[in-house]
Amino acid sequence: MTANARNPLSTLKSRLGAACAAAALLIAAGGARAADLNALIWCDHSDPALLQPFEEANNVKVNVKEFEGTGAGLAIVEQSQPGDWDVMVIDSIDVPRGVEKGLFEPLPEDKLPFADLFAEVKMDKSTVVNGKRYGITEKFGYNTIGFNKTKVDPADMQSLASLTGDKYKGKIAIYDYYLPVIGMAALAIGKKTADLTEADLPALKAELLKMKANAKLVGEVTASQTALATGEVDILVGGGEWVTAGLAKENPALDFSIPKEGAVLWSQSLAMFKDSKNKDMALKFIQYIMSPEGQARLATSSCYWGMPANTKAALSDEQKKTLRFDEQPGFLARAQAYSAPNADLDKKMQDMWTEMLQAQ
Amino acid sequence: MSISGSNSRALPWALVTPALAWTLAFFVLPFIAMGLSSLTAHEGGGLTLANYSQFFTDPSYWRAMVNSLEVTAIVTVISILLAYPFAWILAEQVPERWQRLALMLAVLPFWTSYVVRSYSWLLVLAQNGVINRALTGIGLIAEPLQLANTRFATVTGFVHFFVMLLTLTIFANLKQLSPSYRKAAADLGAGPVRTFLHVVLPLTLPGIMVGAFLTFVLCIGDYITPQILGGNNELVMPQLVMMQIGRRGDFPLASALSIILMAVVTVAYLACARWLKIERA
Repeated sequence: MTANARNPLSTLKSRLGAACAAAALLIAAGGARAADLNALIWCDHSDPALLQPFEEANNVKVNVKEFEGTGAGLAIVEQSQPGDWDVMVIDSIDVPRGVEKGLFEPLPEDKLPFADLFAEVKMDKSTVVNGKRYGITEKFGYNTIGFNKTKVDPADMQSLASLTGDKYKGKIAIYDYYLPVIGMAALAIGKKTADLTEADLPALKAELLKMKANAKLVGEVTASQTALATGEVDILVGGGEWVTAGLAKENPALDFSIPKEGAVLWSQSLAMFKDSKNKDMALKFIQYIMSPEGQARLATSSCYWGMPANTKAALSDEQKKTLRFDEQPGFLARAQAYSAPNADLDKKMQDMWTEMLQAQ
Repeated sequence: MSISGSNSRALPWALVTPALAWTLAFFVLPFIAMGLSSLTAHEGGGLTLANYSQFFTDPSYWRAMVNSLEVTAIVTVISILLAYPFAWILAEQVPERWQRLALMLAVLPFWTSYVVRSYSWLLVLAQNGVINRALTGIGLIAEPLQLANTRFATVTGFVHFFVMLLTLTIFANLKQLSPSYRKAAADLGAGPVRTFLHVVLPLTLPGIMVGAFLTFVLCIGDYITPQILGGNNELVMPQLVMMQIGRRGDFPLASALSIILMAVVTVAYLACARWLKIERA
């Protein structure tokens, strides 16, 4: 017995046994959490001010996993077990991608406030597939022009042509997401985002290169927000209320415009997973997010601000003013949705974006 | 006796098994999976070399590799030039009793998050940052310099991160160097410069090369610093990999680009190992 205890192999074996037991306990503990709500989200949903009221009211823990980009989100789902996730935040235009993969459960329209949503953001072309609704728009805004009104002439920001002229050369940042900025380039050359084809790519590329020649940087959300906030640049192409609204308190000089050519509407939807083990709670979560209180908290999330999809969102007057709530009908009339290219065109657009980034 | 002999043969394997299992589970198998993924088409699956051919035929993809190699080479060379004298001062000039404190101060930058350090540099180099304000304040320049969102900013951030890493590896090498080598050189009539060039430098080359290789690997694979400090004005390979995953979820192309990046790192390792015969150490 003593000899066995001194044998390194025996020691190793006993330690491996202990490790296996510990792992089993961990797995069991993980299983005990099946009653929780597991949500694949964008960062605005991780705000405790949004989640806590729901958790307390329903005695549930919302486990969140942040991701950026539909591709990354769908990859997480593919690497998970069926039933691991209950709800997902997804670009409204990408809801069909999830439906094609058989991931989502149709939503009960009679239990959700569809009648209260801004009509233009219901996005039926994307959120309804084969007559069934798989997503509900929860938040939206515009990829447009954000700017510092003390540094640039606000009148200039009413035209996309200002972005390619010499007046603001070196004072511009471009938001690093190819779809909306390509959409803005399309608006600048008089094309509709919904009608873009491969034949439009050369003209779009020329427009993008003109924008790049004027730009100091091409940055993701934080970098472009920082550049605008620190005065590194005065204009952000592809940004909008989600940048300026969040910084409005610290820097009231920041504003956004919807130029005469239009802007690109972004909208995010909530979807429920078909394999969710907790569909009742998932629906309650979606109902909470779509409620006037949930909508106000989501719209003013610490990660980024955006327009609530629900017209009855319980926003304060000051919050409405920051979001320019009253001007939405006019903005929406001029906005066009993201283009929804097929896989081949999408790839070509991304390659065009890569070329633009590498252009000197 | 035979049991004891069997145990003695099994023991080394038993001890090395966890490390092998770890490497197998977390490197070899994922690498094989990545290799297979790189040979499949994003849409529809099926074997294809298209992901690799895209890299070799698309100039903007190729440019990303050139950018990566240029930035990495510049960072590595500058870091060595700064780290060597620093390590020498630490090893030779700082009294033994202060060396521990000095080493702790040297590793302090590693205690701060990589992202925070990058954003801190952005604030230092920005148009309204510390440097431009100081230079305009003392009247050296009339207009702020374009420092942030350039390759210069990326290189500055990287050098700050890696110079201490190199200092530590060179310091360790210098400390292992027996003083008798220098005494022997002096006895043979060599002055300090000649002793350094012909004795100390060659004997500390392994430390330099190990640090340079670590710098090379970490620098060429880094995504954050070029993203934050470079302003995306020139893409490097890790950024290109991330772009494939973000919206399109094109893991096959991202895998192919990662394999190419790993091949470059492997070539760099083999070059280092062959030149310095590290494998014999």
